[in-house]
Amino acid sequence: MNNVKKDSLNDTAIIVSDGCCVQLGNAQALDDVTFSIERGKKVAVVGPNGGGKSTLFNAIAGLVPIVDGSLKIKGMNPEDAKGSISYVPQKDLINRNFPLSVKQVVEMGLINKDTLNLFSRKKINKKIKEALENVGLVEKINENINNLSGGQFQRVLIARGLAQDADILLLDEAFSAVDVGAQEDIMNLISDINLDGKTILIATHDINNLEEKFDEVLCLNRHCCAYGDPSEVLTSEVIEEMYGSHNEMFKFHTPESHTKNND
Amino acid sequence: MIEILIEPFQYEFMTRSIVTAIGSGVMLSLLGPFAINRNMGFMADAMAHATLPIIAIGVFLGFSISELGVPASILIAFFLGYIIKNSNIGEDTSIGIIFSSFFALGFVLISILDVTINLEDLLFGQILAVSNFDVVIVVSMSIGVVSLVVIFFKQLLFYSFDPIGAEVKGLNTNFLNYLFLVILSVSIVASLQTVGIILVLSMLLIPAAASKLITNTFVTSIFASIFFGVTSSVTGLYFSYFFNLPSGPTMSLVATGIFIFCFFVSKLSKVKI
Repeated sequence: MNNVKKDSLNDTAIIVSDGCCVQLGNAQALDDVTFSIERGKKVAVVGPNGGGKSTLFNAIAGLVPIVDGSLKIKGMNPEDAKGSISYVPQKDLINRNFPLSVKQVVEMGLINKDTLNLFSRKKINKKIKEALENVGLVEKINENINNLSGGQFQRVLIARGLAQDADILLLDEAFSAVDVGAQEDIMNLISDINLDGKTILIATHDINNLEEKFDEVLCLNRHCCAYGDPSEVLTSEVIEEMYGSHNEMFKFHTPESHTKNND
Repeated sequence: MIEILIEPFQYEFMTRSIVTAIGSGVMLSLLGPFAINRNMGFMADAMAHATLPIIAIGVFLGFSISELGVPASILIAFFLGYIIKNSNIGEDTSIGIIFSSFFALGFVLISILDVTINLEDLLFGQILAVSNFDVVIVVSMSIGVVSLVVIFFKQLLFYSFDPIGAEVKGLNTNFLNYLFLVILSVSIVASLQTVGIILVLSMLLIPAAASKLITNTFVTSIFASIFFGVTSSVTGLYFSYFFNLPSGPTMSLVATGIFIFCFFVSKLSKVKI
C-alpha cells in the first residue's frame, strides 16, 4: 500500500479507513482500503469508472454496510455520524422536477429530523445568505433552480453543505453534469472557498493540475493505490495501477513535471 | 344568483356531498404536487385499484367502505412500499403487477363471495349517497392529512427532492417514505365514494398539473392546486345537481377544463405566479 502509514491515524484525522471492505452484490467494490484524512483538507478522489469512488462516498455517508475492516468518521461508525456529513450525490439522483428556489435548497442543509414547524426563519435566513455569499450566488437567492446552469446548481448544493455546518462535504461526480467552463468554475470555487475547518472530498476524473486545487489526492481502484500530496503520489506507477497501461494521457504527471511545475 | 348557489343546501344529502367534495378536494390536491413531481401517478392509480379485493372481503364481512378506508389504505401503502423497495424488477413493473392482479382478484372475489356492490358507483363514485358517517371519515382524514403535511412539510420536500442527501443528513427517510405512501393511500381510499376508483386519479393529478403550468414555486403550486381541486369538486357537484349529470365524471371534467384553461394561459403568458 503506497504512501499509507498506519501511524498517520492520529487525533486530527476525521476520516480513518483501516482495511475497509464493501461488497455490492457479488462484487467486491472496495477491498482493504486504508487511508486517513485530516480535518480541513481538500481531497480529490480519483480512479477509473467502477473503481469505487461512489462506493467509498456511500460508505463514508453510512449508506452501505462495511463487511470487513473499519471506517470511522470522527471516531464514530458512519451510520452514527450522519448529520456531520453533507452529500452532493450524482446529478440523476436529485429530482429537479420540483420548482424550488435556491433559498429552499440551501435551507435543506438546516433541516434535521426534529424540524417540524414552518415558521422559525430568523437565524435560518442569515445562515442561508452566508452560505450563498461563500459560493458567490447570493443574488440568485430567490431564483428557481431550474433556471440555473449545471455549474450554478452544483454551487447551490455546495452552499447547502456549508449552511449545514457539516464537518465533511462529499461531492460525487461534481463535474459530470457540467461543461468545461463550469468545471473550471467549480474547481476555482473549491480552491477559494472558506471551508472554515470543513473537510471536502470530491470525486473527479480529471487528474491534471490537482496539486493546484487540492491538499491531498486519494487514488482508488477498488483498493487505495495511493494517498497523499498530489505532486508526490501521482507517479506513473500509481497511474498505471489505477488506469492500466493507458496512461499516456496523464504523461504530465511524472515526478519530473511536478518538480518543473513547482519551480 | 345566491339563491341558485344555496338551493342545493335545502337537501341534506347535498350538504353532505359538498362537505365531502371539499374534504376530498383538499387532501388530494394538496398531495398532487408531490405526486406529479415524483412521477407517482401510476403508483396512486395502483393504490386506488388495489382496494377492490379489500373492499370485497370487507363488505362480505359486513363493513362499509368508509369503515374499511383507513386500515385498507395503510395495508396497501405498506404492501406497495415493501414490494417496490425489495423487488429488483423495477418500480413500474412491480406497480403494474400489483395494480392488475389486485384489481382482477377484487372482481373474482366479488363474484365468488356474491357480494352486493354497485360496481359503477365504486368505479366512478357516488357522492350523492354519502352518509353522515362517510362525511365524518372524509373530513377527519382530510384534517389529519393536512396536519401531517404541514408538520412534516420541510422534511417531505427534502426527501422528495434529494432522498440520498436527506438520508445522509440524518432524516428518517424510511419513515418519510411510508408516511407519504400512507397519507396518499388514505386520501385516495377516503375519496373513493366521491370520485371512484378510476376517476380518483383525476382529482389527484389534474389540479396539480394545472397549477404547475401557471406557478413558479412549489409552495404556490400547492395553494393553486388546492384552489383548483376544491373548485372543480364543488363546481362539478353543482353541475351534476342542476343538469342531472353523474357527479364523479363531472368533477373530473371541470378539473380538465381548468387544466386546459391553464395550459392556454401558460402558452399565452410567460408570467407565472
